Amino acid sequence: MEKQVVDDLREVFQSGRSRPLQYRKQQLRALLRLITERQADIEQALKQDLNRNTYNTSLFELISIENDIKLAESDIADWAAPQPVKKNLNSALDDAYIKPEPLGVVLIIGTWNYPWAMILQPLVGAIAAGNAAVVKPSELSEHSARLMKELLPLYLDKEMYQVVTGGVPETQELLKQRFDHIFYTGSSMVGKLVMEAAARHLTPVTLELGGKSPCYIDKNCDIAVACRRITWGKFANCGQTCIAPDYILCEPSIQDRIVEEIQKTLLEFYQKDPKSSPDYCRIINTRHFDRILALMNECTVALGGESDHSQCYIAPTVLRDVLPHFKIMQEEIFGPLLPIVTVNGLSEAINFINTREKPLALYVFSSNKTVIKRMLTETTSGGVTVNDVLMHYTLDTLPFGGVGNSGMGRYHGRHTFNQLSHHRACLIKSFAMESLNDARYPPLTAARLHKANCAAIGDASLKQHIPLPTLLFFKVFSLKNHFKSI
Amino acid sequence: MSREQQAVQQARKAFLTARSKPLDYRIKQLQNLKRFIKEKTTDITNAMRKDLHKTANATQLFEILGLEGEINLAVSKLAEWAAPRPVNKNLLTIADDVYIQPEPLGVVLIIGAWNYPIAVTLQPLVGAIAAGNAAVVKPSEVSSHTAKVMELLPLYLDPEMYQVVTGGVPETQELLKQRFDHIFYTGNSTVGKLVMEAAARHLTPVTLELGGKSPCYIDKNCDIRIACRRITWGKYMNCGQTCIAPDYILCESSIQDKVINEIQKCIQEFYTNDPKSFADYGRIINQRHFKRIMALVEGSTVAIGGDSDESECYIAPTVLRDVTSGSKVMQEEIFGPVLPIITINGLKEAIEFINEREKPLALYVFSPSKKVIKQMISETSSGAIVANDCLVHFTISDLPFGGIGNSGTGCYHGKYSFDQLSHLRSCLIKKLNMEGVNQMRYPPHTTEKLRWARILLLKQVNLARWRQVAQVAVLAALAAFVVQRFLRR
Repeated sequence: MEKQVVDDLREVFQSGRSRPLQYRKQQLRALLRLITERQADIEQALKQDLNRNTYNTSLFELISIENDIKLAESDIADWAAPQPVKKNLNSALDDAYIKPEPLGVVLIIGTWNYPWAMILQPLVGAIAAGNAAVVKPSELSEHSARLMKELLPLYLDKEMYQVVTGGVPETQELLKQRFDHIFYTGSSMVGKLVMEAAARHLTPVTLELGGKSPCYIDKNCDIAVACRRITWGKFANCGQTCIAPDYILCEPSIQDRIVEEIQKTLLEFYQKDPKSSPDYCRIINTRHFDRILALMNECTVALGGESDHSQCYIAPTVLRDVLPHFKIMQEEIFGPLLPIVTVNGLSEAINFINTREKPLALYVFSSNKTVIKRMLTETTSGGVTVNDVLMHYTLDTLPFGGVGNSGMGRYHGRHTFNQLSHHRACLIKSFAMESLNDARYPPLTAARLHKANCAAIGDASLKQHIPLPTLLFFKVFSLKNHFKSI
Repeated sequence: MSREQQAVQQARKAFLTARSKPLDYRIKQLQNLKRFIKEKTTDITNAMRKDLHKTANATQLFEILGLEGEINLAVSKLAEWAAPRPVNKNLLTIADDVYIQPEPLGVVLIIGAWNYPIAVTLQPLVGAIAAGNAAVVKPSEVSSHTAKVMELLPLYLDPEMYQVVTGGVPETQELLKQRFDHIFYTGNSTVGKLVMEAAARHLTPVTLELGGKSPCYIDKNCDIRIACRRITWGKYMNCGQTCIAPDYILCESSIQDKVINEIQKCIQEFYTNDPKSFADYGRIINQRHFKRIMALVEGSTVAIGGDSDESECYIAPTVLRDVTSGSKVMQEEIFGPVLPIITINGLKEAIEFINEREKPLALYVFSPSKKVIKQMISETSSGAIVANDCLVHFTISDLPFGGIGNSGTGCYHGKYSFDQLSHLRSCLIKKLNMEGVNQMRYPPHTTEKLRWARILLLKQVNLARWRQVAQVAVLAALAAFVVQRFLRR
């Protein structure tokens, strides 16, 4: 079945239907209609999947998708236009440009924590770039998956964009097929399998993975504000966010204050009983519920710690004096547990971060420019937000992606378009001026080599933006020499 | 610990000292690389002569010149490439610092190829050095003399930061087991898959510069003489062992004879009546490839050349006529001085022929008609496309050089090398004030809060344009003032 889907899509792609920009804009507008007209259905599905309320759904998913669609629709002509490049002396009179082209059939494998954003944002780029696409929503967010399968063909060209639902066997079957790009969001472990499968067909990949995103709080900062922002970013979607601050690093002297501020903020956000707050979500399923609870075993609970298996509810929890070798520090938490690891100052924090895998996001809270500078220059991560969390995700001009274990490739806004396009180098010469080519033809005499060297020197000064008249002078000069040597 | 493991470990240790971060260090290393090429020119050209029968001038023109150009460009542009790159903000981030910061990846593995060993091994190294990485360089053992010269690199470059590991398949396999932060491979698609598979185990990103059959379409309405000059040059350079050489010709049967005649004239002009004794005509790299190429000719009609000498790995510049798509020579990349001509009925059939096959690294179309060129571009796909010439897109450093599909992934040259071997890190620097603005995102959520969030997140602000507008307004006001005050009497 999966093979048939891909073969059909390839045929439709090759018909050229998705090439005209008008077609792509039409599809993008249809996608926008889908998320506006069916917003209530999407919210309902997410409520069932994650106990997400309507505000969170808008805030965390629909607004980003809407932004990307509108941006693509308004800017697509600019994105898809040939981009002229600087030439060298030999090509001064030619047409040289880069032409963005569709890749072909793109596979988009989504994940369950933001099921709509993780599928539709890449899909926007795939459509804008003129590709066909297979969309494979995560079976864990089953209501969203079912709804996506129902809705997409009602709004989009169902021959060009197909939804395949199912679990591991269906995904494995899909990964055996040949695609022109695979866009995967999920865990590093499965990311390796996806890349291995892609290697068999030399298919390029974008892997949006995860990891433990560290959050360093300098003792010289407004701890109250820092904790408000961290609390928001950590416990949104019940901690099930790939760029959630995973753990805190701070000096022991401010640990108590941090716990206090987080406690105050939790009370303000979710009131005394988060379980009955409409704004507090649930863990996706019992398997993850059990996994997260087990991470608490060795730890000292400073706040929260309550849970309810029947509802997959885990209270917003803060753990204090966590040690590096604890289980909770060995894997990405992806839940509402916030460990605090104490360190003696910035150098130790930097060292702590650098002895671990490169994270998807890194956060540092400080009023001190030197501290910020050191943290940024002495560590690496997919992205960074200073003095806040999550927010680099919301700006589409910033490419979003990981490095090392946290992933490869990037997207959002124009970056998705670029990621899912082929940037074809185009050079259009004329048949004229053939004599200028003599320097390159055998026999390769010293005179010819000398001419080539002159052209190279001219090139070097050209890189300093010498204007066209001087450039033409060089051309004529080399022509003169050519006639001299006859 | 194996030699390969040691090399990687040393490179990583050197990288972690952070001494490759300062731009001064990188520029110094690049200048040292330039010195290596200049001071060892004789060694390099001698090695190329032994490996590929290349003359000193050919080595200069087709390998060293390009490499020097890349080094000079990197040195002059490094400050610009490595600087933070500001991006457009939205209303919410209007008072923040928002930029992309290029950073080194870490330890880069560069696996070179044997056909232009200096260019394809050291040009990626230029990008690796410029981007602040450490590197392990594995030159191809097939061009063994050049590999030996590259072992001298540690005398010029920081020997801990940039390691050279020579050897064959076992050594390469051992290297591929290690963990790198990027692998840059130039070679064939079969091995490319193995490289990517090995990289997948560590989630290492790859650049694969592979190959394929680069088609060359000759429109019957073009200046066939000039087309054939350029094609002949591109095909037989380095004895056809160029990844972007025109692999085969597609043309209408009515011009096949003319094409053959013109190519014959060019071969004579470029390589004399006896290419075998002519210094500027190369040799096949080794016996294995010699036999492989000769076997491809079987079953096809030789129009020009065809003679060979196994003892010298010499194959004459050869053209095959009336070749069919099922013939041996059309089943794999030729990578030799054999040029098949396939006749088709017009552009549409040529495009179909091309699209039935794997996406090539390069595509060539010879035609005076803009319409024909446009159609070829829009109805096919390839790494690059050149109209009315061959190979020369390689020399424009602002054009990304790379393949698509079976011909590769990623690209390089000029700034692309730098970007390909960097991590472009997104940075958003906020302050701890203005906390009130954040209210709209915090629970308890309300409709009113959501409304504000939409406004602040969905509107993009182009500060540069605002500044421009402001500047123009100020100039206009100034002009008006000058006119009023001084010019009105």
